Amino acid sequence: MNPDRLKNNERPLVLTNARVIDPSRKLDARGTVIIADGVIVAAGPEADSAAFPEGAEIVDCRGAAVMPGLIDMRVFIGEPGGEHRETFASAGQSAAAGGVTTVIMMPDTDPVIDDVALVDFIARRTRDTALVNVMPMAAITKGLKGREMTEFGLLREAGAVGFTDGRHSITNALVLRRALTYARDFGALIMHHPADPDLTGSGVMNEGETATRLGLSGIPKEAEIIMLERDIRLAALTRGRYHAAQISCAESLDIIRRAKKAGLAVSCGVSATHLALNELDIGPYRTFFRLSPPLRSEDDRQAMIEGIADGSIDVIVSSHDPQDVDTKRHPFAEAADGAVGLETLLAASLRLVNNGDVDLLTVARALSTRPAELLGLPGGKLTAGAPADIILVDPAMPWICDGERLRSRSKNTPFEGARFEGRVLRTVVAGRTVYAYASD
Amino acid sequence: MNELKASPAAVFAHRHLLGIEGLQAEEITALLDLAEEAVEVSRQVEKKKAVLRGRTQINLFFESSTRTQSSFELAGKRLGADVMNMSVASSSVKKGETLIDTAITLNAMNPDILVVRHHAAGAVHLLAQKVGCSVINAGDGAHEHPTQALLDALTIRRHKGPIHDLTVAICGDILHSRVARSNIMLLNALGARVRCIGPSTLLPKGLDRLGVEIFTDMRAGLTDADIVMMLRLQRERMDGSFVPSVREYFHFFGLDAEKLSFAKPGALVMHPGPMNRGVEIDSAIADGPQSLIREQVEMGVAVRMAVLEALAQNLPNG
Repeated sequence: MNPDRLKNNERPLVLTNARVIDPSRKLDARGTVIIADGVIVAAGPEADSAAFPEGAEIVDCRGAAVMPGLIDMRVFIGEPGGEHRETFASAGQSAAAGGVTTVIMMPDTDPVIDDVALVDFIARRTRDTALVNVMPMAAITKGLKGREMTEFGLLREAGAVGFTDGRHSITNALVLRRALTYARDFGALIMHHPADPDLTGSGVMNEGETATRLGLSGIPKEAEIIMLERDIRLAALTRGRYHAAQISCAESLDIIRRAKKAGLAVSCGVSATHLALNELDIGPYRTFFRLSPPLRSEDDRQAMIEGIADGSIDVIVSSHDPQDVDTKRHPFAEAADGAVGLETLLAASLRLVNNGDVDLLTVARALSTRPAELLGLPGGKLTAGAPADIILVDPAMPWICDGERLRSRSKNTPFEGARFEGRVLRTVVAGRTVYAYASD
Repeated sequence: MNELKASPAAVFAHRHLLGIEGLQAEEITALLDLAEEAVEVSRQVEKKKAVLRGRTQINLFFESSTRTQSSFELAGKRLGADVMNMSVASSSVKKGETLIDTAITLNAMNPDILVVRHHAAGAVHLLAQKVGCSVINAGDGAHEHPTQALLDALTIRRHKGPIHDLTVAICGDILHSRVARSNIMLLNALGARVRCIGPSTLLPKGLDRLGVEIFTDMRAGLTDADIVMMLRLQRERMDGSFVPSVREYFHFFGLDAEKLSFAKPGALVMHPGPMNRGVEIDSAIADGPQSLIREQVEMGVAVRMAVLEALAQNLPNG
């Protein structure tokens, strides 16, 4: 993906005595991972007896897990246009510390990523300044305005890995229909944020008792459900590849299950924040918990976990959205949506494993293998020849999240003071170590 | 000088009054008892006490309100405080200053008590976290308006005795009303039976979980009520957005003699003001013998004096 990195002069790396997690082979076993020239040479029990490359750095993992690096399908970066919130450099450091080796960035920048020149710019800028792979999704419609399609073919050739209008929902069904139809010719994925803006209205959190107590206007689940249902009908009509960026409630999960059962090319994601928190966490108007879609009820959170467990929900994303005091230090109803999440994505997802809801292989699949499949990327697996984008993880290591120490330029984390189990010990991108816990 | 029977600080140990939610029944009763004394003070020729002498009270209103602001001003002055009114109504806000910046600026002036009204729910909580003085919520968005609920309770108590087991019907725009929320909390805490009456478009989701009975038929909702609390309905909400027209609203939810006849004989009518005569309440009822509307205003000053006095006991060097 990144020719400069593949030509790196790094020493080969051998990880012995590792718990090798490769969801692409359903492998969870003791073994060795051998890396040379930026790619995986061998991984698994079979690599124990393989010859180690000359001059390799040999690391005894002492049973810690080696997994494919995370591929985060929904990341907002400030750059270009909002560098005070986040740059490629700060997002890259944040991603590396969180075990994210590929960041899929949203086109909601200024200017919007709706033109080939912007995709080129991002490829060059991120190669120079970001520690991890950064790949843009381009806008579905010009200027994210929901009207005219962008140049899917040219954008894809330039390196856009998919198409989305980011935070925006396309209300015009005809526009989305044509986008799904046209994108099919290029095999491109259309990722959509299903949230009806009219039903959302002035709503700022989940509709119900908690919103009523707080005197905040609510967003009904139907704002998501109705638009998702419409989208699925359009996916059936067009046979295009449709991905719901994030779902948040039980009814949406039912819609996705039905669509998959019907054999449609439909997939969806959920944010790690929605897997870990519910609407009650907003407490006394804490704006870092103001998200889109909003945090829902505990029943919905449990449904999301079930969706991950049975594979109905394909991917877990961070929905990393850096916001600063200018947009967050306001009364709840006047603050911006969004929370940072690159550094807590893995730890928040591992709560599912540590609570016994889901096994590590399933979570790893939703964080790496499945996003790679959906986007047609070569990573997300530990097989010979795959890019050496891997992480070394101690799934039980306890730590406490300190917002001020996050590497992101913005500190709007809903996990301030949260206790986590599971920590990235080392992050490797194309064979090069970009983060090591000891240096923390 | 009227001295207190028991120190209010002993029963009301809070630094701020941000809402009714979370207050204990004894705390509410203590505030009401203190307010009874303030009523007496306010009816004397010499209306002054000295509990806030030397203290600075700033009334910070991000949303204009003649009634509440003057009530707080009078209450502070009767207790001897230096009172300053600041109507921030969007002046610095337009210049891009955040609420927090305003709070920090004001804090530097070392006020002892800040009385705040803001159009956004939770804004007063946010401000309270950033200043060193006591904060009183004078209304935040559709969240709470605690002194309104206290003055309503005081008014009811003076006419009907203990609030326990009274049936109180709150009618109108519950969805947008901070007065309704504070009253629901307070009346429930004191053991009243609370009903909410209104068209379904003006009843928030989850209202039933707040311990109220819900009615969309006003006659049914008023049946055997001891107290009828009307809420203001803003005209811009009757243009087809929440309610089709003023005419239709008054027909079904305007309080007139016929609908009031379903309540208990001698039932009392309240309204937090300002009223829309002919929209939510008939003029004859508003000015009639069952109306407590004017008395509510008097009780407003007394209750605000009581709250200021209770918080003053907990001020540093108090």
